[in-house]
Amino acid sequence: METLVFIVCALIVLAGAIGVVMSRNPVHAALSLVATLFGIAVLFLNLGAQLLAVVQVIVYTGAIVVLILFVLMLLGVDEDEDLDTEPLVGQRIVAVLIGLLLAGAVLAVIIIGKDAAVTGARSATEAISPTVTNIVQIGRQLFTTFVFPLEITAGLLTIAVVGAVVLSRRPKDLQPIPEPESMTELGDDPLTITTEEAAH
Amino acid sequence: MSPNLPLAYLALSAILFAIGGVGLLVRRNPLVMIMCVELMLNAVNLTFVTFGRMLDDIAGQVIVFFVMVVAAAEVVIGLALIVAMARRRPEANADDLRLLRG
Repeated sequence: METLVFIVCALIVLAGAIGVVMSRNPVHAALSLVATLFGIAVLFLNLGAQLLAVVQVIVYTGAIVVLILFVLMLLGVDEDEDLDTEPLVGQRIVAVLIGLLLAGAVLAVIIIGKDAAVTGARSATEAISPTVTNIVQIGRQLFTTFVFPLEITAGLLTIAVVGAVVLSRRPKDLQPIPEPESMTELGDDPLTITTEEAAH
Repeated sequence: MSPNLPLAYLALSAILFAIGGVGLLVRRNPLVMIMCVELMLNAVNLTFVTFGRMLDDIAGQVIVFFVMVVAAAEVVIGLALIVAMARRRPEANADDLRLLRG
């Protein structure tokens, strides 16, 4: 059963990933990303990481992809791209070769090494308990062993929020539509009488 | 769990990471590039959870938690940069953005 779930989800994940890379329309790429993220959430469940599966759905598909789609719509760049022309000659071939090399190297380690490829002490932090629930274990570790990384994470999020506000603030010298110069400043009398002057 | 299934997870992560990397190198739309970075981060997350399962350690899942936080922060900053650049040069792709001064 676990193997069957893995095979189905692996196909979804890979199809979605290829969709992200190959689709011309960025909106289609974002939707393919959703498929991939959902597939990985199910794989997390398959591996017994219930909390991470839920967080994956909430944070990734619920927040990150929605944010990406939001910016996509905001900028209006949701039209098809031209993927046929290659701006740098030979770039795609080199990129695919690098990708194959990368995947091939890791796969070689896994296939040759089998289980010996994964080294390290067993249960160094805390063994996965069959009785204590997943979320209780992760929460306890977060606030004991990993308490300093957790504090640093709080700082990182604060910096990210401040940075996003600073970056997306509209600069003072940038005017999207230049306003026409005032006629009175150029020494000309206005052609129309303003309502205040008409009242006098 | 059949004995070779964790290795299959690792293989899937490796392939997913490579697909994300190729996408990052090939695509020119900054938004699609961010999505490819997300693919790579998810591949690493899957690897962490699999390692945690193979070594019977909860730390694998805790670290994925931190990776997700970093990914969220990275997306926020990346999208803010894209919005700031698109405001100045709406048609710019990753090749045009060599100068961060805009």
